[in-house]
Amino acid sequence: MIQLLTVVTRRQIATGATELICRLPEVADIEPGRFMHLRVGPLLRRPISIANVEGDLITFLFKEIGQGTKELARLRPGDQIDALGPLGNGFPVHHVAREARIVLVGGGIGVPPLYYTMRKLVERGIACEAILGFDTASSVFYEDEFRALGPTTVTTVDGTAGIRGFVTAALEPNRFDTLFACGPEPMLRSVQHISIEHKFLSIENRMGCGIGACFACVCPTPDGHYVKTCSDGPVFRAEEVIL
Amino acid sequence: MNRLHVTLPGLNLKNPIIPASGCFGFGEEFAKLYDLSLLGGIMIKAATGEERYGNPTPRVAESGMGMLNAIGLQNPGVDGIIAHKLPFLSQFDTEVIANVAGSTAEEYETVTRRISQDPVVKAIELNISCPNVKSGGMQFGTDPMMAAELTKRVKAVSDKPVYVKLSPNVTSIVEMAQAVEQAGADGLTMINTLVGMRIDVRTGQPILANRIGGLSGPAIKPIAVRMIHDVAQAVEIPIIGMGGVMEVDDVLEMIYAGASAVAVGTANFVNPFICQELISALPKRMDELGIEHILDIRGKAYGATLHRA
Repeated sequence: MIQLLTVVTRRQIATGATELICRLPEVADIEPGRFMHLRVGPLLRRPISIANVEGDLITFLFKEIGQGTKELARLRPGDQIDALGPLGNGFPVHHVAREARIVLVGGGIGVPPLYYTMRKLVERGIACEAILGFDTASSVFYEDEFRALGPTTVTTVDGTAGIRGFVTAALEPNRFDTLFACGPEPMLRSVQHISIEHKFLSIENRMGCGIGACFACVCPTPDGHYVKTCSDGPVFRAEEVIL
Repeated sequence: MNRLHVTLPGLNLKNPIIPASGCFGFGEEFAKLYDLSLLGGIMIKAATGEERYGNPTPRVAESGMGMLNAIGLQNPGVDGIIAHKLPFLSQFDTEVIANVAGSTAEEYETVTRRISQDPVVKAIELNISCPNVKSGGMQFGTDPMMAAELTKRVKAVSDKPVYVKLSPNVTSIVEMAQAVEQAGADGLTMINTLVGMRIDVRTGQPILANRIGGLSGPAIKPIAVRMIHDVAQAVEIPIIGMGGVMEVDDVLEMIYAGASAVAVGTANFVNPFICQELISALPKRMDELGIEHILDIRGKAYGATLHRA
């Protein structure tokens, strides 16, 4: 459950965004959409989504926002990270029909887990497209990596790259029957009720324990109850959660 | 003889390590990681009369070596806990301490009456120190008269010994401790969190949706040690110490200060195996320091403090 990861490479991939590739103690097959709870920062762990797993290598892509991610971005090859996980439940890549028409919609720091998700879908022979939203051209990352997997559209809020506007500016719901999305809450809200039959949203929340015990990351549900982002999610059916 | 064994009112602890209430749920998640029978006891998440959702999110924020939380006593209600949570805990050979909270004295009584009758529960922890609810909670824990009155009422309806969980957010914690001792408390647990706030400078607004929260973690440990040290010398009833325990020496520090057992909270979030690790590390550290039985050092740090509050 707790494993030591060893940093292999680190590179800056966009303004304030870092790619960190680490070696796992052993080869792992991890469901896309799950996360690792990394012990960086002064005290609490940081939930970081998994951007890729290949053999015994795991990739994290993250933006430097707070103390934890700043510390993570300063790690160098050979440094070790105490990782709790993988935790949570990911996107149902093994349960979607082979003929499904899937669109992956990512916004900013929500883009990383969709890369691994798309790779796994393509491995299964499922055709899918990606729409990636960023604020400006210098924030765009992994565009070429996504294009290598399938059709990819980039949007930027200021129009400096790709289509001007939010991800919804590029999304044609009638072309798809399944949507996988990860991104900031306003973006998730904008796709939550869009007319696509199956919608799965990966939501973000400040977490404590990461294993469902502390009730820090609850999200209300339409039936008046709640789900825990860390252990019931972070991926939910769109109709399961109130955002 | 087991050198870690501790006996307290209602509690036969095979070791002094107990996960603290609110930091361990009802044990289900941690039971997947290690055998809960290793633990001296378990302080389960607070029970209220009815199911509670708690506060909006964000509910946690980090600060220098500490954590602010404002969960707001989310729980399935006393009946839900008795029906769905206690049966799971009955399979473990460990002492279950039920944390009881409420908005009114009547609610505290109702919850205590019900939960103290369950055979799985060995003791009650009276939560008069939660800083994150609008009514009840800490309001009972900052006035010695109110705390004493509530303790009396709860004691009168409880089948099991009652430990009162003290708030550090008071002028004199010694006065609070003496008041609940005189009202019949069987023991004390201390300290609950300190009320705090963090502000996001990008928005100029508090990070926590509840605006304020309770500060826990290593940042508060010296405060806990000082308060245990002062209270332990002023009362006869035993103390279960808590507040920022992260490593084995922290456990010993609390016992030197006067605690008879130690609860571990925030550390479970940093390292979910921490309680298990502390229990196995204790004998070795005791050997190094020449301590035979864990309670041999209890209160050995006693002395007068110049400023007693």
